[in-house]
Amino acid sequence: MRKLIATIASKPSGALGLGLTLFHLVLAVLAPWIAPFDPTVQNADAILLPPNATHWMGTDTLGRDVFSRVVHGGRLAIAVTFSAAVVATLWGGFAGIFFGTVGGRVDEYSMRIADAFLSMPWLLFLLLIISIGGAGPLTIIPTLGFFYGVAVLRVVRGAAMQISARDFVTAAKARGEALWPILTREMFPNLSDILLVEGAMRWSWMLLAFSSLSFLGFGATPPTPDWGLMVAQERGLLSTAPWGVFWPCVALSSLIIGINLLADAVGKALGLDRATAAAV
Amino acid sequence: MPSLILRRFSFAAFTIGFVSIVMFAAVEALPGNVCTSFLQRFAQGPRLERCIEQQGLERPALVRYGDWAAGAVQGDFGYSLKKRKPISELIRERFRNTALLGGLAALLAIPFAIFLGIAAGVRRDRPLDLSLSGAAMLAMTVPEFVTATALIYVFAITLQWFPAVTIVSPGAGFLQMLPNIVLPVIVLSAVLIAHIMRMMRASVIDVMASDYVQMARLKGVPERRIIWKHVVPNAMIPALNVIALTIAWLLAGVVVVEKVFNYPGLGTLMIQAIYDRDLPLVQAIALIFSVIYVGVNLLADLAALALDPRLRRKGH
Repeated sequence: MRKLIATIASKPSGALGLGLTLFHLVLAVLAPWIAPFDPTVQNADAILLPPNATHWMGTDTLGRDVFSRVVHGGRLAIAVTFSAAVVATLWGGFAGIFFGTVGGRVDEYSMRIADAFLSMPWLLFLLLIISIGGAGPLTIIPTLGFFYGVAVLRVVRGAAMQISARDFVTAAKARGEALWPILTREMFPNLSDILLVEGAMRWSWMLLAFSSLSFLGFGATPPTPDWGLMVAQERGLLSTAPWGVFWPCVALSSLIIGINLLADAVGKALGLDRATAAAV
Repeated sequence: MPSLILRRFSFAAFTIGFVSIVMFAAVEALPGNVCTSFLQRFAQGPRLERCIEQQGLERPALVRYGDWAAGAVQGDFGYSLKKRKPISELIRERFRNTALLGGLAALLAIPFAIFLGIAAGVRRDRPLDLSLSGAAMLAMTVPEFVTATALIYVFAITLQWFPAVTIVSPGAGFLQMLPNIVLPVIVLSAVLIAHIMRMMRASVIDVMASDYVQMARLKGVPERRIIWKHVVPNAMIPALNVIALTIAWLLAGVVVVEKVFNYPGLGTLMIQAIYDRDLPLVQAIALIFSVIYVGVNLLADLAALALDPRLRRKGH
């Protein structure tokens, strides 16, 4: 583990990714202690103030402190998307290992269905589900987790097929081992690297998706401080008060870029080249 | 060969059927029905009865699915709850506008991205490649609404070259639409270019390392000829699939970008329909987007078949 981190940090892009991700995680955890103001408290005497000594990033249309809102703005997004990434990696990873090991008819038909799911524009599907089940983490986490899990399944299944053709798996099958021990003891340890990288990569795409949902008004609900929602709310005053939009944009983009760079660096350090392997 | 084409077509048909069933079932699974979820606390008495009658909800689900699917094939998507008009009438102009936006973005992005991908792949790890790859990473990871907001700030507010939001009516002519469409097309193309370029670059690098390229070099074939005759045609095949996949993104991205620029397309109509809980309209637009997507994927598959004789052999 220590060696892995050292390898990642040895390259500038990996170090940047690791730094940005850690920075945002620490910020999200410590937000209540860092923020000088309550992110939801409105102040009618301090509406749309430009950045100054008290309000480092200015104030928004309702007189709320932008700095405090930016510091808090990642908490919901990170919590929701991280949970969804865990769901996606777990179910997609397990199903991928299973189908890649079992093979045959079961595998073939399941992959047809997986391909059909991959051929749906999933954001539209998410919007359909939200219009039925209402916005909120309880709808968004399972839906994001499910759809991104299908892509994880596809990638892991491809890798699992290659592993299952190797001698030690054949040997385990010949020894008469049951399916479960083969999946957990022979297959999983050889695929955990791919799962880790896939999970991290999906996490960054989910953040992008969740913030887009928030921007459209279907993710975080007011008055929750959330980057996507903040951009949507303050966008109308872009010409007079750009600070209300600028800082959430910077925070959100830097987190997504950070996770993306980190996932790339982890993949390279573990000897997986994502550039040519996974298209989905 | 004809059987392969037939298989691709039947998979496309299967996918569309599957998607339509999942969409229909998702709405069926909701507590209550389309009318109660639309009318909310007004869902009682004659109002509810009228709505149920208009939507034909008294019939069994299977019959309704059959009707809905058969109607959709003929371009009839039923009635919108909020607008009280046939959905086909509502979406006609919107569809044209979205097709214009997406079509222009794809037309601009695909050739440009392929060219950039070749340039970056051929000059792997040199300054040109590093800067192009870095820019692609940025374009892929930064959310579209952030890119769009930045462009609005620079080109609409500071320079005032283009309007920040679309102010023309949905039925406006092409020339009236043109200045409104520039910024949305740039935002959409940026992400498309990034995805396609990355894949093209990886694919070019792969082919450059192959034996037949080595052989051509050893024979003394000029580098320019190697790239255009050997590398590019072979690198195109895997890139085709990515082009089809990025169309999926394009369709989702269109919704966000249309919303940012208030562009009168299917995306803004869908978002409005979700706000209004107008489920028949949401369903119809989602289905249209899915059909477009599956159609594009089918085209890419057929193009790959045409380009790559190996795919035509048995076993694939």
